[in-house]
Amino acid sequence: MTATPSSPSAEQHVEPERLLRFYQKMLLIRAFEDKVHDAFQSNLVFGTTHLCQGQEAVSVGAIECLGAGDSLTYTYRGHGQVIARGMDPQAAFAEIFGRETGCSRGLGGSMHLADLSLGLLGSFAIVGAGLPVALGAAISAQLNGRGQIAMTFFGDGATNIGSFHESMNLAVVWRLPILFICENNLYGEYSPILLTTPFEDLTRRAEAYAMPTESVDGNDVVAVHAAALRATERARRGDGPTFIECKTYRQRGHSRSDPAKYRPAGELEAWLKRDPIVQCEARLRASANLQQADLDALRLETESKINTAYEAAAAAPWPEVRDLGPETLSSSRA
Amino acid sequence: MNSVEMTYREAIIAAQRAELSADDRVLLIGEDIGAAGGSFKLTEGLQAQFGASRVRDTPISEQAFVGAAMGLALTGYRPIVELMFADFMGVCFDQIVNGIAKHRFMQGGTLELPLVIRTVGGAGARFGAQHSQTGESWLLPAPGLKVFAAGSPNEAYHLIRAAVRDPNPVVVLEHKFLFTRRGPVQLFDQAIPPVEGPKRLRPGDDITIVASLAMVERIQSAARELERVGISAELFDLRVIRPLHAASIIDSVTRTNRLLVVEENHSLGGWGGELIASVVTEAFDYLDAPPERLTLPDWPMPYSPRLEDAALPSVEAIVTKARAMVEGRGR
Repeated sequence: MTATPSSPSAEQHVEPERLLRFYQKMLLIRAFEDKVHDAFQSNLVFGTTHLCQGQEAVSVGAIECLGAGDSLTYTYRGHGQVIARGMDPQAAFAEIFGRETGCSRGLGGSMHLADLSLGLLGSFAIVGAGLPVALGAAISAQLNGRGQIAMTFFGDGATNIGSFHESMNLAVVWRLPILFICENNLYGEYSPILLTTPFEDLTRRAEAYAMPTESVDGNDVVAVHAAALRATERARRGDGPTFIECKTYRQRGHSRSDPAKYRPAGELEAWLKRDPIVQCEARLRASANLQQADLDALRLETESKINTAYEAAAAAPWPEVRDLGPETLSSSRA
Repeated sequence: MNSVEMTYREAIIAAQRAELSADDRVLLIGEDIGAAGGSFKLTEGLQAQFGASRVRDTPISEQAFVGAAMGLALTGYRPIVELMFADFMGVCFDQIVNGIAKHRFMQGGTLELPLVIRTVGGAGARFGAQHSQTGESWLLPAPGLKVFAAGSPNEAYHLIRAAVRDPNPVVVLEHKFLFTRRGPVQLFDQAIPPVEGPKRLRPGDDITIVASLAMVERIQSAARELERVGISAELFDLRVIRPLHAASIIDSVTRTNRLLVVEENHSLGGWGGELIASVVTEAFDYLDAPPERLTLPDWPMPYSPRLEDAALPSVEAIVTKARAMVEGRGR
């Protein structure tokens, strides 16, 4: 299969209830990330943090294809994935705030949100490092024969690192049940893609490994979901990996210290018009017979839920200063 | 428990066979380990016995398959990865020290990561600078990893089996100079005795000598020569490089009052310096001589046999150093 640009949105159908669910999840991620941004201003976040406003449709569209036994790896820009997969926002906030009630008891931080019980295997702060780990989960799935799959999220920048290439090759050679979800947001950290990569069409990377590809509008949750669903079905029936390029845009800078002044004038504004949440609202008004007032009410409800989680996390206790040896090495015996 | 004579190579295969037989979750992954039996024949016969899905040949892609081992361990399997040469840890160092070593910790210390990386290191086989390192020093500052070093057939068997049973990631270092060494190996059925640090190889009164990997047989040869001149050496095979267990060495030095470390690493950043620091701190008043180290010179390993041999601590050098320490002839 060669790269097939997604068909125009009108041709893709999704039931209204499902679309509403996608919308609510995207709202949740957006509200979460906006609060992380606020938290930074309030000195509740330490070190650095990497926000994903504008890329919500990729996480939601793809993760909505996963079932209970499936696993995923993702990156330091991974808040969207963990929220989409169902992590309690309070546990995520508390981790980012370095508190005892965080998903990793404050040992991981913003770049390392994970929860094995949800198949959230790990958020990797080294570009490309999550891909090989997802291969392992895919090998597990292939061995146990329960029809499970793995998914790995990474950015356009990762397509220039060695672990990406090794992982793409191995996945094809072993016909692993895995989806490579590339969030092409046009910037690798501070550098525009064409300064670091010979082309913007990253499906060409996958074609070199004889891997089936799709290229979709990553700001259209329905298009992402449709592509991921096709790839998921292929993986579950034993037909191997797929590379899905989601063309999207990082509405904020690379990290908290980056005001993103290197962007050409008008670029952000053009992408804001194609904001994934705004696009989804248009679909909902058209297909689900919802009024903008209904959508605004949902947004307020989501923001209120996120505010409650935020306040609870901000009030949560700090971890006790203690010997962290037991967290470093397990002493249980087989 | 019965004891069988076998070579170091046979012991490595036997340990993996035993673990593959004992637990379906154990898998073997690496380059050319299947039909070819491994470039050093350390997996010979295992694919024929356990099949190609449990004994898997990989592309030459260490980042991919070492990282995949982590994903396997997180999803219920217990992989053993063979890295053909310890030097190749360099190409997947991120997976080992940033990924595998830290993952349990970064997730709050709740998950377990039972995986083994077996790798072959060491000099003496004329492989040159990129295929002759033991890898011990590279792994010292990596909390979250255990590092075992197999200095004999018996230890190869025991350490590999214990590593597979460990809930933590373990790197098992093997030494290519020892493959043909033959010795008694104690076989276990199900219960594997825990590996709790250095193994005392013989008791002695005058000096404590500690080594790992291929240096273990050299300190044994040296001890026999020292005996002829009336010096009784107490010997240890360090076995566990990380976490470093100094207690039994400290205890020994309180009786022998001298410590000599022999390691196939550079002195800067080697485990010997760490061990000496512990002994000096804990047993300073017991020391009758400054602790000493015999290590590699501060160069990459040369290829020429004459130069490679000269770079390694020799039996003669060990004897000379130990005699000087015991006989008080100073440095």
